[in-house]
Amino acid sequence: MSETPETVRDVWVYLAANPLLHLTLTLILYQVAALIFERSGGKPLLNPVMLSILAIAALLIVTETSYQTYFEGAQFIHFLLGPATVALAIPLYRQFERVKRSALALFASILAGSVTAAGSAVALGALTGGSADVLSSLAPKSVTAPVAMGITQALGGLSSLTAVLVILTGVLGAMIGPWLLTRIGVDNPAARGVAMGTAGHGIATARALEESEITGAFSGLAMGLNALATAVLLPLVWNLFAG
Amino acid sequence: MLAYLTLIFTCQLVGEAAVRAVGVPVPGPVAGMVLLFLFLSFKGEVPEKLATVGDTLLRHLSLLFVPAGVGVMAHLSLLRTSWLPISVGLILSTVLAIIVTALVMRRLSGNVQ
Repeated sequence: MSETPETVRDVWVYLAANPLLHLTLTLILYQVAALIFERSGGKPLLNPVMLSILAIAALLIVTETSYQTYFEGAQFIHFLLGPATVALAIPLYRQFERVKRSALALFASILAGSVTAAGSAVALGALTGGSADVLSSLAPKSVTAPVAMGITQALGGLSSLTAVLVILTGVLGAMIGPWLLTRIGVDNPAARGVAMGTAGHGIATARALEESEITGAFSGLAMGLNALATAVLLPLVWNLFAG
Repeated sequence: MLAYLTLIFTCQLVGEAAVRAVGVPVPGPVAGMVLLFLFLSFKGEVPEKLATVGDTLLRHLSLLFVPAGVGVMAHLSLLRTSWLPISVGLILSTVLAIIVTALVMRRLSGNVQ
């Protein structure tokens, strides 16, 4: 009998070092979270991305597992983000006639969204006592992570903080976006998509795609164009104010 | 299927290389999206098997952000010292950006459906 705890420990040590454990854990918890979200009738606070992040993080803390160990398994899921982003070309192509018809409105609204996201984040952050480092990390938070980190570097901020703020912004956009848009009476799928992609990059685009292909197509395009617009404009405007 | 999966990976690979070579501020996968879009425009349709691969990848796009999201927990201490400006700036600006973008889009594309 005294061997049992030892065996359990051995199995745990084996599993904990095996990438399959955290890969499977992520898949299971995400599906449970998606089920909870669905059963709740789509309550924003039960957003499956947020729920699964919280559940996994709690488990890692309880089992004293480092993020590095977790990521050895989870990286196989993370890796698919790149190819999935490429695949956004498919809904975009299918909806391109519609995109072309509203090209001007699309550019204008993305530009307005880009300026609002960065400008209001910096202004509100400054009003509540944010340091220069915090403000330059907040500024590009609506932009997709790799570009946002590059922008922060150009502004002289902390790109590690930016990475965290970008993900929080995306999760927030995915959570409240559909609810907020319905609340202000925006039911046009194109407008919903542009708003979510501009404000909440890929994470909100994933949520937009769950609404409809049109919403997803506009969101994916808005994500790409907002990255470009913010990366070009923000450093220029920033230097104007700083200089 | 394998051929189209390879096509998607190739678009990403070429996209990653291109943005580094040219120095444009878009992520490699977004450049890859443009390349795949050009391929589809050239082809004039979405091949059925490519649609299968693409739709499979996109059906669970939300899941793919979970591993990076868990990483936030490892960096929460970064937020602690400046939690007030960060939470106010982040939450309100995201709300404002969603509202402004949607209203401008709706206003300008008014009768286009």
